[in-house]
Amino acid sequence: MPAVGRSVARKDGIGKATGAARYVDDLVFPGMLYGRTLRSTIPRGRVRSVRLDFDPAGFTVVDHRDVPHRNVVALIEDDQPFLVEREVRHLAEPILLLAHPDRERLLAARVEIEYDAEPPLFDPERSDQVFKAISIVKGDGAAALARADLVIEGTYRTGHQEHIYIEPNGVVAVPEDGGVTVHGSIQCPFYVVKAVRCLLGEERPLRVIQTETGGGFGGKEEYPSMLAGHAALLALKSGRPVKMIYDRVEDMVATTKRHPSIVRHRTGVTRDGRLVAMEVEVILDGGAYVTLSPVVLSRGCIHAAGPYRCDHVAIRGRAVFTNTPPNGAFRGFGAPQTEFAVEVHMDRIAEALGMDPVALRRINALRPGDTTATGQTMGADCSAHQVLEEAVRRSEFLRKREAWRGTNRAIGLSLFYHGAGFTGSGERTLKSRARLELTPAGVRIAVGSTEIGQGTRTMHAQIVADALGVPYEDVLVAQPDTARVPDSGPTVASRTCLVVGKLLEECAREMRERLGPLSPAEYHARHGGFTVERMYRPPDWIRWDDETYRGDAYATYAWGCDVAELEVDPDTFEVRPLRLTAVQEFGRAIHPALAEGQIEGGTVQGLGYALLERVVMRDGAMANAQLTNYTIPTTLDTPEIDVVILENPYPGGPFGAKGLGELPMDGPAPAVVNALRHRGFDVREIPATPELLADSAPGP
Amino acid sequence: MKFTLNGVAADVAAHPMSRLLDVLREDLGLTGTKEGCGEGECGACTVLVDGEPVCSCLIPVAQVSGAEILTIEGLRGEHPLQRLFMSEVGAQCGICTPGMILTALSLGPAPSLDEIRTTLAGNLCRCTGYPAIYRAVMKWREEEGRAGGHGGGRQGGAA
Repeated sequence: MPAVGRSVARKDGIGKATGAARYVDDLVFPGMLYGRTLRSTIPRGRVRSVRLDFDPAGFTVVDHRDVPHRNVVALIEDDQPFLVEREVRHLAEPILLLAHPDRERLLAARVEIEYDAEPPLFDPERSDQVFKAISIVKGDGAAALARADLVIEGTYRTGHQEHIYIEPNGVVAVPEDGGVTVHGSIQCPFYVVKAVRCLLGEERPLRVIQTETGGGFGGKEEYPSMLAGHAALLALKSGRPVKMIYDRVEDMVATTKRHPSIVRHRTGVTRDGRLVAMEVEVILDGGAYVTLSPVVLSRGCIHAAGPYRCDHVAIRGRAVFTNTPPNGAFRGFGAPQTEFAVEVHMDRIAEALGMDPVALRRINALRPGDTTATGQTMGADCSAHQVLEEAVRRSEFLRKREAWRGTNRAIGLSLFYHGAGFTGSGERTLKSRARLELTPAGVRIAVGSTEIGQGTRTMHAQIVADALGVPYEDVLVAQPDTARVPDSGPTVASRTCLVVGKLLEECAREMRERLGPLSPAEYHARHGGFTVERMYRPPDWIRWDDETYRGDAYATYAWGCDVAELEVDPDTFEVRPLRLTAVQEFGRAIHPALAEGQIEGGTVQGLGYALLERVVMRDGAMANAQLTNYTIPTTLDTPEIDVVILENPYPGGPFGAKGLGELPMDGPAPAVVNALRHRGFDVREIPATPELLADSAPGP
Repeated sequence: MKFTLNGVAADVAAHPMSRLLDVLREDLGLTGTKEGCGEGECGACTVLVDGEPVCSCLIPVAQVSGAEILTIEGLRGEHPLQRLFMSEVGAQCGICTPGMILTALSLGPAPSLDEIRTTLAGNLCRCTGYPAIYRAVMKWREEEGRAGGHGGGRQGGAA
């Protein structure tokens, strides 16, 4: 029986349900110390002096002078130090590291840091320090705007969002063979290798092992490089294993968040509802260092015109510096921000035209043969109309829209898409590799892709089982350990199935050819083991120009339409979601139950983004850095979710699959806000808290 | 400090004000109980104390003197809910799963969806959005119902 398309037993086994699964904080090494980070208490300035106000006997103390090689967290730009030398650019920036065997004494240690403070910059619109600017131009927007029957303008804002993986960031660094081995809660072990190797120098042995990881969502994409570097410095200096686990407050204050955005739209339409010109300006608040902001901006800009056909489009984006902790990767990676803006704007356009939001989308949604803002021609894998029609039908959208008018109930929808894999030339540059090993125990998958809850191990094993023609149960999956697995690229960007899964499919087909008619066990008994390794090559039809941002931005896109039904309390302005319909097309569901879990989980994260999750920044840092006052959806905040999976196989993906992980994050916020508009609230910002609704309530 | 842990008498020499969570994880080596927030908001550290779900990060060990404590290890992998959390994909990353399962054990027989939601409201899950967790719990109660309703209730599955 084929494994693909069935909800087979997960490769995780029972360990997560018995407590046997080993997360980083469960690891104990002999002689282990605990590490602590001393952080800046001002958002901008220079360190004048650091004084230890405790007896340092028994402590390991590390500052920037202990860096053996380069004091930069290597990623895109080499601008962020592991430890402050003089200049402080944001609150909670790491300055000093301490380690001690006793946690109480470690926490009691007092350090006096004096600064020369400078005035900070918090407003991204006033920042002239641009990390990255992007311009996407199609046709002649200005001329087309002048010819439009109607021009609709609007500004849309989204706030920070915290990942709230339930397991905070953590690592243990263990001195080994003159170098260091890092065990940690990590999405991208090879990112950690790159950064820590730069910190320690090439000559030191370095190994990174991913432990069971308690959620990531992008929050363990780039940040663990910093944390692993800190623990490695302490481990090398002390000669002892060092465990560093952030508590929830430190995790929320110091680590990355979703970029806040300001998006301005100016759209020309004809009276009968055709989009004739779109001008979009995107501003992302990058925080104090570049980190991943250029690529977040890139994905945000590419998705900024929404899944619509328009001949004249001009998108200008910039990611800018502010004196706040750097923002970074978070599920969706720029697209939830820009798709929120365009989808709320579309409902305002419909309103201005006196048209229903479905009709406006039916006229403009992309079809095969249409081109996107970057000039990419849509193929048969474009499903915008299919998801729209199914969501409208299934939710009885038009009937409810009419019937609920003037009541406290409301309904709204959003149409969205998400490109799978790295943008443009990204996959070409990554040169991802995957390996399949014929071992005495069975066929083993060796990839750097991490299981962070989404089901990587299981989904990869299903693909290999069917491509190799062996039972799913016989496929083994190696733990991501950089000493043992090849670099398959980061576990991000909805690429783990599409790109790494495809590589594994190719490895399995090659292995099958070598096995001939034999089973893996028979072959191994007669001839011994062998390995097959493949490097990813993007489809040869992909054309992309990094300079002009023209071409095929992604090999394929997944499509979604969300319908939000809700009720607003007329006195308290509390919003109670009643039901969410999520219709999503992502090629092929390798494991339907896991896919459904991605959609349900992503949809609820999107719901939190829409209504609840407000990061309050005060003096440049998160003031509500606790789960007590930064609230994510509980069971009681979460309505029934009706998930519909449509399949439109993409020939370039494994068994027709595209990418799914991020798609569900893009749709809920605009669907919810469009429902609020249906109820009469002119909301253009999230989170749409009761306070915000009170300010945007319809007049008496 | 003396109490019953997973059906066995335990006697630990911890400071009475130590968090129960730390005593379980560090003094007793039972790392199935997880810390998510340290302030009683996320429920990842839930254990049953005399059958009631309690955040073990919030209570000093002195408070459980003489009590019966059930941690995830006490279910020994034999409880149907453990299997169902995996097969229904009620566990994704798994860090909330032990606490979620223990809280679910405090449900009465044949709970409605609303009762399940209310009971689990103190346990945060960031991966699943919860429906798969409801499916696991509902199936467990259905299976039990078919089996004649044994083993349910507050001490369900305890040693």
